[in-house]
Amino acid sequence: MDLTQLSPDQVVYWQWGFWKLNATIVFTWGVMTVMIAVAWLITRRVTAAADIPRGQNALETIVDYIREQIREISGGDRPDPYLPFVGTLFLFIAVANLFAIVPGYVPPTASLSTTAALAGAVFLAVPAYGIARQGIRPYLRHYVQPNPVMLPFNIIGDLSRTLALAVRLFGNVMSGAKIVAVLVAVIPFLFPIVFRALGLLTGMIQAYIFAVLAMVYIASAMSATGESRGNEPDKEKSSERSDR
Amino acid sequence: MDAQTVIGLVSVVTAGFTIAIGSVGPALGEARALDRALAAIAQQPDEAGRITRTAFVGLAFIESTAIYCFVISIILIFANPFWTQISGG
Repeated sequence: MDLTQLSPDQVVYWQWGFWKLNATIVFTWGVMTVMIAVAWLITRRVTAAADIPRGQNALETIVDYIREQIREISGGDRPDPYLPFVGTLFLFIAVANLFAIVPGYVPPTASLSTTAALAGAVFLAVPAYGIARQGIRPYLRHYVQPNPVMLPFNIIGDLSRTLALAVRLFGNVMSGAKIVAVLVAVIPFLFPIVFRALGLLTGMIQAYIFAVLAMVYIASAMSATGESRGNEPDKEKSSERSDR
Repeated sequence: MDAQTVIGLVSVVTAGFTIAIGSVGPALGEARALDRALAAIAQQPDEAGRITRTAFVGLAFIESTAIYCFVISIILIFANPFWTQISGG
């Protein structure tokens, strides 16, 4: 991918009529394969003994961290219903961005198609979780919550936050890749590496922000009609990592 | 200059100004928000987790305005409707 191409969608490897196999799809499949293979290899021999394998320890740390974050955002809810969705979003975006250290790899999140699909999944998941929790009428009632005048603004708010979710991830990852490409053309010595490292940090933060925002939107749909859940005291100690 | 040249010139210049001006406001706003968040963490390190998370969510909302400017400049450069109209694309 060079400078004139905006997204990896334009790198087409194989085409058969209407169906195109572009770089986005190929790298998405690559990321999926690696994640599934690693998870399968590690969970093949899971043990509950005191002496656990290293891989299981690493995965348990990640899952535990995601669960704790979800529990805090949702105000003490059980994280189990949200863990598959939010955890998958976080892990996929994080791994897709971190693979940028491999030469020749273009993150699939640098394509607006991927990020729009992820944001669309959040857009659909928010009413799904909300209706499953409250029923359809109480959920729809929160669109006219202060008064019916606010109906169009609530709908626009739903759409614009989905747009912002998609374009935020796309813009950050794409500009990170473009900055490296520009620097390779201008000062190819040492500086691209520094910005590549910065891109890794940005990619990790964007994955975190995407997952946290998805969970915040879901949590707001959960508590739309009732009392605000944000003020309940947390049961956890606030000993979580705060280095970001 | 024919119409195509004028549209190209105006689009590129406007895209530059859009992202330049549109990123200054959110940058100042995010700097203020981050300033307060860091001060709050320094005063109450026990609440660092909650403050960090709330700050990130708030920063993401502030950042939306810059993202809209980014979208418009991207549209002006890569998917300009007037340009495709003139050049017949």
